[in-house]
Amino acid sequence: MREITYRQALNEALAEELERDPNVFLMGEEVAEYQGAYKVSHGLLERFGPRRIIDTPISENGFAGLGVGAAMVGLRPIIEFMTFSFSLVAFDQVVNNAPNMYTMSGGQFNIPITFRGPNGPAHQLGATHSHATENFYASVPGLKVCTPATPRDAKGLLKTAVRDNNPVLVLEAELLYSSKGMVEPPDEELLIPLGKAEVKREGSDVSIICYSQTVPLALNIAAELEENDISAEIVDLRSIKPLDEKAIFDSVTKTHRVVIVEQDHPFCGVGAEVCYRIQKNIFDALDAPIIRVSQEDVPMPYNERLEKAVLPNADKLIAAVKQVCYA
Amino acid sequence: MQPVEQRDEVEMLSLMLLIRRFEERASQQYQAQKIGGFCHLYIGQEAVVTGAVAAVRDDDYIITAYRDHAHALARGTSPDACMAELFGKETGCSRGLGGSMHFFDKQHHMYGGHAIVAAHIPLAVGLAFAIKYRGEDRVTLCFFGDGAINQGAFHEALNLAALYRLPIVFICENNLFAMGTSVQRSTSLRQIVDRAEGYDIPGEIVDGMNFREVRDKVAEIVDSTRKEPHPAFLEVRTYRYRGHSMSDPASYRTKQELEKYRLDDPITRLRAQLTREGKLTNEQFDLLDKRAKETVLAAVKFAEKSPQPPLDTLYDYTYANGSVAAGRSPTKSDKSAAERAATTEQGR
Repeated sequence: MREITYRQALNEALAEELERDPNVFLMGEEVAEYQGAYKVSHGLLERFGPRRIIDTPISENGFAGLGVGAAMVGLRPIIEFMTFSFSLVAFDQVVNNAPNMYTMSGGQFNIPITFRGPNGPAHQLGATHSHATENFYASVPGLKVCTPATPRDAKGLLKTAVRDNNPVLVLEAELLYSSKGMVEPPDEELLIPLGKAEVKREGSDVSIICYSQTVPLALNIAAELEENDISAEIVDLRSIKPLDEKAIFDSVTKTHRVVIVEQDHPFCGVGAEVCYRIQKNIFDALDAPIIRVSQEDVPMPYNERLEKAVLPNADKLIAAVKQVCYA
Repeated sequence: MQPVEQRDEVEMLSLMLLIRRFEERASQQYQAQKIGGFCHLYIGQEAVVTGAVAAVRDDDYIITAYRDHAHALARGTSPDACMAELFGKETGCSRGLGGSMHFFDKQHHMYGGHAIVAAHIPLAVGLAFAIKYRGEDRVTLCFFGDGAINQGAFHEALNLAALYRLPIVFICENNLFAMGTSVQRSTSLRQIVDRAEGYDIPGEIVDGMNFREVRDKVAEIVDSTRKEPHPAFLEVRTYRYRGHSMSDPASYRTKQELEKYRLDDPITRLRAQLTREGKLTNEQFDLLDKRAKETVLAAVKFAEKSPQPPLDTLYDYTYANGSVAAGRSPTKSDKSAAERAATTEQGR
C-alpha cells in the first residue's frame, strides 16, 4: 500500500483500463490537451494519443450521445462531465438513451458506458454549479450510480464501472480530489464491486450512513462523539444503486440507531430511500426514529456563510446523533 | 442483399410495395385496436429509405427516428417480426418491449427506432465514430425528419461529425410537416439543406419521390465517404400521405396538396420507369403486389398467434448480466438474461 490522492487514484484507474482494453476511450471537455479541468486525465493524451483521449466542444448532449452510440457497437466510452451540474444539459442522453436501450431493443443492445466527473457542492460555486445529482440518476432503472469517498474506492469503483456492461455513473467530488489515502500498489489489480458498502469505522451505539463528501465529515466527528461516550459506526454506501441493503441492515441491527447524512436535498433524496428500506425490513431493530441530515431545501447561495448553513456540517451531524441516542 | 450495383430494381419496387402494404395493414390493425400507443406511418415516403438502403452494404449502419417500420423492413427485418412488435408480442423485433417507435435489429445493423426528436442524431455520430475508431470502411446512414433540425442535439451532432470527419450521411426526410407545423412555420431558412453549410458539411437536395435519384445520390456520397471519411447531408423532399400519427386527420393541409403528391407517387413512378424500359409487365407488377399483400397478411396472422412476453421476464432487460432491481432477490429469469447478454457482442 502507498498513499496517493483521489485524483491520482482516478488517473491510475483510467490509465489501467485504457491499457487493458483497446475499446476503452476517454472523451470530454478539456480532457486531452488541457489535461483535465481537474487534472484527472493528466498525462493520458501523451500516453494514449488523440485517437483515445478526445477533446470535445462544449456540447454535453452531443458527446454524451456520441458515447451511447459508440457503446451500441461495442466500444466502452468513458465520458467525462466537467461537473455533473453540466450533465443536466445531457439529461436526455443519460436518462432516455443510455439506460432505456437494453429494454427497448429487447436485450439486443446493452450500453457499456461510464459517465464520470465531479458531483455535488464544492465551494461557493453558486446554484448552477453545485448540484448533487445522485438522487436524480439513482431513480432511473437501467443506470448504476457510485459515489467513491476515498482514493482506494475511487480507483476500484471506476475500474469496475468501465468493465460493467451497463451505463454506470461515477460521481466524484471536487473537494475530494486532493484528499489522500492508502491504495494498493499499481501492479496489484484493484476492483471494488458496485453495490458493496464498507464500514469505514466500527462502532456500537449508532450507525451513521454516509457516502461521498459526507464520509470524511462523519469520520471527523467520530472522535468527538467518542468523548461523549457515543460509539459511532460509519457505513459508507460507496454505491447508491445498487444499494447494499445487507450492510445497512447488519449495522443497524447492531446499533439500533441511525443517522443518514447525505449531500443531496432531502425531498426524494437518497436518505429517504435508505430510511424507507430500514423501517420496512428491520423495524423492530430500531430504538429511535431515523434522522436525516441533508442539504437545506433551497438553491445553493453563493454567500459563504449561507452556503455553510445549507450544507450538512459537523454541528448538524453531532446534534442529530445525540438526538437519536437520546444523549 | 446484393452489392449496390447489382441490386435489382424490380426487387426494390417489390420492397416499396411491401412497405406500403405493411403500413396499410398496420393502420387497419391499429383501428381494430390490435396495436397500442402511437403509430406513425411511412406511406408516401417509401422511395427515401428504399433508395438509400439500395445504395449501401448490408454491414453499414442505419438509424432513424420514430417513423421506423419501413427502415427495419428495408434493412431485411422480417415483416413477421415487425408486425409482432406492433402487437407487443415476444416474437417482435424488440421482443414487444419497444413498440412502433422503437424497432431494433442488431443482426441487420438497424440501430433503432428512436422517439425523442433528434436525440438519436448524436447516437448516429457515435456509430460513425466507432467506424472510424476501428478503421473500418462502413458508413452510417442517419435518417430524421424536418422537425429534428431545430433541436440542439441535431446541431451538436452535426458539429461533432464535421469536427471529427466521421463517415455519416445525414438524411433529412423533409415531408414538409413536423407533426402539424409546416417547415415555413418552424424553420428560419429558405431551405433545410442550408443548415449543413453552417457546419461545413456538403449538402444537396434530392427528390424523395424518385427512387433512382435517391439511390444514385446516396451511392455517390457513400463511395466518397468510404474512401475518405467525412459527413454529408441530404435534404430529401418527400411527403407523407397520412397524418403525423394515427390520431391525426391532417387538417392543416389541403386535399389539393395531398393529391398533387399522390400523382407523383414513388411506387407508380418506379413502376412506370421499369415498364417503359421493358423490365416489368403489368402482370408482373400485379404479382409483386399480390405477394406483398400475402406476406403482410401472413405477418398479421403470425403476430396474432405469437405469445405475449412472459410476466416473469419483466426484470430481464433492465440490466445486462443480471438485475439489481429494487428490493428484489435474483430469480431464474436473471440467470437467463445474464446468459443471453453473455452471448451478445458487447456482453463479452
